[in-house]
Amino acid sequence: MRLSSATERANAGGSLQILTLGLGSEIFAVETERVHEVLDLPSITRIPNCRPFIKGLIDVRGKVITVTDLHVKFGMVPTAPTADTRIVVIEVQIEGEPTLVGTLADRVYEVTELPIDSMEDAPRIGMRWRPEFIRAIGKRNGDFIIVADIDQVFASEESAWHATHQDAAA
Amino acid sequence: MTSAMNPSEIFRQEAADLLTTLETTLLDLEASPEDRDLIDQAFCCLHTLKGSGAMFGWEALAAFTHHIENAFQKVRDGVLAASHDLVSLTLAALDHIQALLEQPEQADRVRGDALLAALADLTAVASDRSASSKMPSASGKSKVGQPGDVEPERVFRIHWRPGRDLLALGGNPLLLLDELRSLGSCAVTPLTDQAPTLEDLDPTGCYLAWDIILTTRIPRTAIDDVFIFVADQSELTIDEISAAEDALPRLGEILVKRGDINLDDVEAGLSQQQRLGALLVQSGKVSEERLASALGEQRHLHQAAKARESSASSSTIRVPAERLDNLMDQVSELVIAQARLQQTTANTENPPLKSIAEDIGRLVAELRDTTMSVRMLPIGTLFERFRRVVHDLSQELGKSVELTTAGEETELDKTVIESLKDPLVHLIRNAIDHGIDPAEQRWAQGKPAAGKVHLSAVHSGAQVLITIEDDGRGINRAATRAKAEERGLIQLGQEVSDAELFACIFEAGFSTAATVSNISGRGVGMDVVKRTIDSLRGSIDVASIAGKGTSITLKLPLTLAIIDGLLVRIEDERYVVPLSVVEECVELTRQEEEHSGGRGFLNLRGEIVAFIRLRHLLDVPGVAPDIQKVVVVALGESRIGLVVDQVIGQYQTVIKSLCRLHRDLEGFSGATILGDGSVALILDIPHLIKFARERETALRTA
Repeated sequence: MRLSSATERANAGGSLQILTLGLGSEIFAVETERVHEVLDLPSITRIPNCRPFIKGLIDVRGKVITVTDLHVKFGMVPTAPTADTRIVVIEVQIEGEPTLVGTLADRVYEVTELPIDSMEDAPRIGMRWRPEFIRAIGKRNGDFIIVADIDQVFASEESAWHATHQDAAA
Repeated sequence: MTSAMNPSEIFRQEAADLLTTLETTLLDLEASPEDRDLIDQAFCCLHTLKGSGAMFGWEALAAFTHHIENAFQKVRDGVLAASHDLVSLTLAALDHIQALLEQPEQADRVRGDALLAALADLTAVASDRSASSKMPSASGKSKVGQPGDVEPERVFRIHWRPGRDLLALGGNPLLLLDELRSLGSCAVTPLTDQAPTLEDLDPTGCYLAWDIILTTRIPRTAIDDVFIFVADQSELTIDEISAAEDALPRLGEILVKRGDINLDDVEAGLSQQQRLGALLVQSGKVSEERLASALGEQRHLHQAAKARESSASSSTIRVPAERLDNLMDQVSELVIAQARLQQTTANTENPPLKSIAEDIGRLVAELRDTTMSVRMLPIGTLFERFRRVVHDLSQELGKSVELTTAGEETELDKTVIESLKDPLVHLIRNAIDHGIDPAEQRWAQGKPAAGKVHLSAVHSGAQVLITIEDDGRGINRAATRAKAEERGLIQLGQEVSDAELFACIFEAGFSTAATVSNISGRGVGMDVVKRTIDSLRGSIDVASIAGKGTSITLKLPLTLAIIDGLLVRIEDERYVVPLSVVEECVELTRQEEEHSGGRGFLNLRGEIVAFIRLRHLLDVPGVAPDIQKVVVVALGESRIGLVVDQVIGQYQTVIKSLCRLHRDLEGFSGATILGDGSVALILDIPHLIKFARERETALRTA
């Protein structure tokens, strides 16, 4: 598990290397080892009748990559693209298969290190987000940084969404 | 990575090939047990298997195979007939060899011993019989080991230059030479001319060659057998010199014929032939001349070998599949880059650049075709395997079934062929178990007792049609219908076409079999067949006549990587329609559309063609232009129009599969990258139309 690898580094007194990005008014973080690249917003090909959090497809040097919108996943209102909008290409495990996925970010801040001892487990209650999506919450310069568990984000809700979709269709 | 493949792996591959060939040969042999070529081939396979096996350390395999080989030696000598029993036994032995090959430690010893015992019985019976009367098929040329038969003494000249890697592959030339010596009196001359200087010497390479003069009573085949393991990698010539002819005049003759040695030698040879001959007699063991003449002879032979080599090397080479996949990927990238180039140059006023772009376009198209053809394999390789399936199954079920095949030469992408194996095995099992009726019933219906299963493949445009036909009892419509109603797949009393009814048999867990056999009837499998064919972007047609038989046709695309597509536009969105389903494109004016009264029908030369507005189906915003286009596609028997804004044109489409996030997405078989770097979706026409129908039904019932 990736969580344990993070914990191991914590025991070594280390810190977590992260890329911070803005979604709405929140600062999210993804481990840098998962990040492949950050792209300016290209034209995205819409996919008809697809799930709401999928924005479409882009070409990244000959590879077709799916662009997703985490606003939808985190229950936030999607924002219109601005000059700051970027696509962060990350590697996630989908059904056990490593897959490159693009995610929209309203802003990309920086690659930085988050000291492990500044991080806390996500509180189980009183959260706006599904707790399993959150690996930990870190503090930095007075801001909260939400370290997302991206595998969970892309895995768990699938089935849930799928089920509700089926119900609606039936 | 493959140049240094370990020898054991090479042997595994070689053995797998040999086993396949052997299996085919045996099945052929069953049909025509008198065929000498087949017997020789079977023997040769076994011999090679044994030899290479021993060479690479597969002792158990070699020992076991040795006994089978012995039996076939007897067949070859005409002592034993290639009977049905022998073939069946050998097939069973093949399975055991396979086991020995895959997991030598876990192979069942008892089974191997039982097989050998059965084999020994069979050969013992035959030997007894042959002692009293010679078998009719023994009239063949090979009479080795028959007492009383004395072959006349003959002289062979053998030139052998083993492949450079002989030693590395575990071969030992000394053993071979010793084996030759055991055959008769033997003069061996090593040729060291190709040995490099010490600094260039690869210590594991074999640089030596040998000229051998062998006088023996043994037939030629025995000499061939000595070289059987190494013949493929070696330069090898075996010539018979008539018994009366001495070897020496031959050498002189070569000297005369040879014009390229230094002039003095030639002149000396020409003017003093007597002396030269005498000299050669004198120095029969070693001399410069002897070496030179051997070199001359070798050069002569080398030319002959070279001619043979070039024809052999042009036939086949073995390449790891992975490299082909990489090549295909790179060509795909190239096709996309070329599309970009074309698009960019189309907008420039630079004639020289345009002409280069055109040349590159042509070359890329050719490269694409060549690369795809490299990945093509004849489907016959697959059909061969089914003969065994049918053979085993007909014995197991006690039904006599004959498998006929046609169109083995039809080529398909390697990946498609690999994925087809399991579905086809399943369909054939089904045909034999459910389709073919028992012999009594067949008699009653005036059908021949032996059932027929016919497997055929044929090209049809950019598709290949593979048909499995049987002459059995056909699909039971009533039972299928009852089962489908029971499972709620069709409504009670609902009118259904045959196609709709037969589609039910591909539903998971659908079986009308009253009893479950260990072959089929569990209702597992047909859905897997369907899923596999779907994943290959193919389709399945079923036709069946009660009492006459069933025919299942698989329609498959030639390749999975690149297709010819038709690029269409709706507003600013572009989609690719696979060209293989496109019949024609027609205009649809607003008038016509209104005229059709919103029914969504098009009058196409008197034929009614329903159309689907892709704009609506795909939720494209905006208003349709005054003149739209209809792309008419064929879907099985029916034709359906797809209404788009514009038909842009033909497009070489490199298929990129969509990631797992889209696994529930219907109507698209993948995506492709267009010349301007944007992505276009490829329409999966059958699923798209199914989706459209479901949506319509939902709207109507809502």
